[in-house]
Amino acid sequence: MSGAVVSHWVVHSHRFETNAATREPAWVKRLLIAIALAFFALFLLLPLATVFAEALRRGWVVYFAALTEPDARSAIKLTLLVAAIAVPLNLVFGVAAAWAVAKFNFRGKQLLTTLIDLPFSVSPVVAGLMYVLLFGSQGWFGAWLLQNDFKIIFAMPGLVLATVFVTVPFIARELIPLMEAQGREDEEAAVVLGASGWQIFWHVTLPNIKWGLLYGVILCNARAMGEFGAVSVVSGHIRGRTNTMPLYVEILYNEYNFAAAFAVASLLALLALLTLVVKSVVEWRGQQQLSADQEAT
Amino acid sequence: MRPGKRHRVLPGFPLALGYTLFYLALIVLIPLSAVFLKSATLNWEQFWSTVSAPRVVASYRVTFGTALLAAAINGVFGLIFAWVLVRYSFPGKRVVDALVDLPFALPTAVAGIALTAIYAGNGWLGQWLEPLGVKVAFTPLGILIALTFIGLPFVVRTVQPVLEDLDTELEEAAVSLGADRWQTFRHIVLPALLPALLTGFALAFARAVGEYGSVIFIAGNVPMVSEITPLLIISKLEQFDYAGATAIAVVMLVVSFVLLFLINGLQIWTNRSRER
Amino acid sequence: MKFAVPIRALLGVAALWAGIAQADVTLLNVAYDVTREFYKDINAAFIERWQKTTGERIAIEQSHGGSSKQAMSVASGLEADVVTMNQATDIDLLARSGVVAQDWRKRFPYDSAPYTSTTVFLVRKGNPKNIRDWDDLTKPGIAVIVPNPKVTGNGRYTYLAAWGYAIKKGGDEAAARDFVTRLFRNVPVRDGGGRGATTTFTQRGMGDVLVTFENEAVLIERELGTGQFDVVYPSISVRAEAPVAVVDKVVDKKGTRKQAQAYLEFLYSPEGQEIVARHFYRPRLDAVMQRHAGQFKPIQLFTIDEVFGGWAKAQQAHFADGGMLDQIMVNR
Repeated sequence: MSGAVVSHWVVHSHRFETNAATREPAWVKRLLIAIALAFFALFLLLPLATVFAEALRRGWVVYFAALTEPDARSAIKLTLLVAAIAVPLNLVFGVAAAWAVAKFNFRGKQLLTTLIDLPFSVSPVVAGLMYVLLFGSQGWFGAWLLQNDFKIIFAMPGLVLATVFVTVPFIARELIPLMEAQGREDEEAAVVLGASGWQIFWHVTLPNIKWGLLYGVILCNARAMGEFGAVSVVSGHIRGRTNTMPLYVEILYNEYNFAAAFAVASLLALLALLTLVVKSVVEWRGQQQLSADQEAT
Repeated sequence: MRPGKRHRVLPGFPLALGYTLFYLALIVLIPLSAVFLKSATLNWEQFWSTVSAPRVVASYRVTFGTALLAAAINGVFGLIFAWVLVRYSFPGKRVVDALVDLPFALPTAVAGIALTAIYAGNGWLGQWLEPLGVKVAFTPLGILIALTFIGLPFVVRTVQPVLEDLDTELEEAAVSLGADRWQTFRHIVLPALLPALLTGFALAFARAVGEYGSVIFIAGNVPMVSEITPLLIISKLEQFDYAGATAIAVVMLVVSFVLLFLINGLQIWTNRSRER
Repeated sequence: MKFAVPIRALLGVAALWAGIAQADVTLLNVAYDVTREFYKDINAAFIERWQKTTGERIAIEQSHGGSSKQAMSVASGLEADVVTMNQATDIDLLARSGVVAQDWRKRFPYDSAPYTSTTVFLVRKGNPKNIRDWDDLTKPGIAVIVPNPKVTGNGRYTYLAAWGYAIKKGGDEAAARDFVTRLFRNVPVRDGGGRGATTTFTQRGMGDVLVTFENEAVLIERELGTGQFDVVYPSISVRAEAPVAVVDKVVDKKGTRKQAQAYLEFLYSPEGQEIVARHFYRPRLDAVMQRHAGQFKPIQLFTIDEVFGGWAKAQQAHFADGGMLDQIMVNR
């Protein structure tokens, strides 16, 4: 495996296109691009355009009014806060799980990866219901929680738990195939050279996986902010207090406030796009760094 | 790579595995056991009659059938998508790349409403499809569209980093040995991508099985035809029938677990056979 | 337990930001959806009244969602001081879970339902299919959009209204079943929940008639396109009673019984009833009803108790799994 791949395809796809060995005939290339773009238009662009068209149907004034309303602002804050807690938790887990699964062979690996995938297949409503069964006033820990006046569901901790559950697999599953593809030769070489575990991780593994990791974080974050079903069960829907953005969207929609509902939804889409802008900036700086290093040598 | 004990020279295995198991137990296993125990408050006959009612069985078919099909569609198109994004440059690529994650960011209900608006009889696309005899909204085809939408990023984003990291030397070697482009892809590139592709497939499938919000708007929810299992769970909850709801949830969980277990086994197997 | 402190602090900040922290007492009203505008007005009026009479500053938080789902949340520990639902079974659940008194129906006048609505038809402008009454919905070629009775209170009222109509017209159980079966044969799609049916009818352009609550029909007419739809009143329909209750377990713990009681009583006051009527719910006070007679067409209304022997029985016979509704839906 070639060592640290800092380059990125957005800029470096020409390294494939200029190489006769990794290049397809022009018609194949055009066909594939056409298929991808058609699929893109049909499945991604059109829904997004619909959201913005609906959001702006009553004009920009209504659009911004919908976003600056106190209920909307507190929903935005809450959503960001929940994601800010849930994503780092899953980040640490994802790295640990990927390290164990991708770098080592052990019995029960198949079982472990399947368990990591499992939260996806749990219907979000059931995911929420689990926490009601555990922490609801008639749940396993309900009486104890009530006695100690400590709230989990219908409060912030419940929202975080439900969000963590539905986004558990993202970062781990993003990293596992990548780290498997990279093998363990780089790390083993570092061991031979006498590096400690943390040194290996920081200086060898992390640079190798950083784009995969970033993708995992972006996906996890997008999903954490967009999650509806599970959160809806444990939220209690208290306006201005436990309503996240997706829940707020639903309430607005149910009140026939379509323009406002889509305005908040479009903001969720924009937040996701914002994370991708951040990604591009990080990439760009990485490349600047790289070319600076190359000039120095 | 030499097989054998050598890999254990890497440190951190007990810590990484230990933490992984601890976290999974806390976040996934204990809560899921609550579902199993709740369903166990039914006796076997009640459980069986709940989960084997004809309508419920029909809904399994709809749910698992459309989920597998959608994951397969995403497998093919997601691979093309990732390939195009990594290997080619074309105008607007950054935008395309950025928007792939959209299905995660949109609340599922919004996605459902948007898709229905597009594919309904009076929608942007529906008005052209309907005269051709293609009804999308309010049919199983609508479910398929919604599930394809929510699953696409999984395949693209798992294949993309691996494809990016793929060593070009192997392809060059293949070409110098006289292989044509298709042979190179078929025998060199695809096997290297297969584990990632299978992961993406598994994730897209898993996500599709549990999906509710986006499907419900476009499905039409006709019993025995386009009714998904999660809707039946919700209607049980509407009657405050927690035990019945968890019973159906348990069946879904077990089936998904078995399917995912098989896919993951396949994935690990392809990975090992590639290492040799 | 340590992390409870920062979380509380964060919630406190959020509360401050929403401008409710200055109040002496805070009530939480857990309501069914589409009552936001209504309770916004009620809350403002009540807060003012309460401060005038007692000098106490009160704040009221709102939670909105599907009626049964909201009831489930309260049963599982959502700390509502009062619940305002759209069907009695939801509060019965709370009585069974012991958070609301068993005799909650007797705590306030009119079986604890301060206002009502009824089920009416919304048709396309000019009523091109000439839909006048329930019979017309069963005619071949009419596409009827109804909320899903399996998952919405609105849908359950629609179903029961059609059934009750057949009974009131002198039919027996078999005739009613046949009538409702024919009606549901004309239902092309079933929506999941919430406002699905409304969207199908208004945005997707499907169906000739939408069957829904009177206040919803007026709201749709106003919010989604004046002049696109007409409201049609059937000759007979159901009286949909919206029950309320104080959540005893919570108010006793929080010490807010007095305020919660006064809040719900306010709904029955002339001022409260006026707000009720302004939001197109049918008020209980005759004086208020007469003042708004123009907007509430007098039609023959029957109650769930009268035709079905109460909500519990209706739920069991019609909406439980394998009940009448399931048989009708599968065999249609």
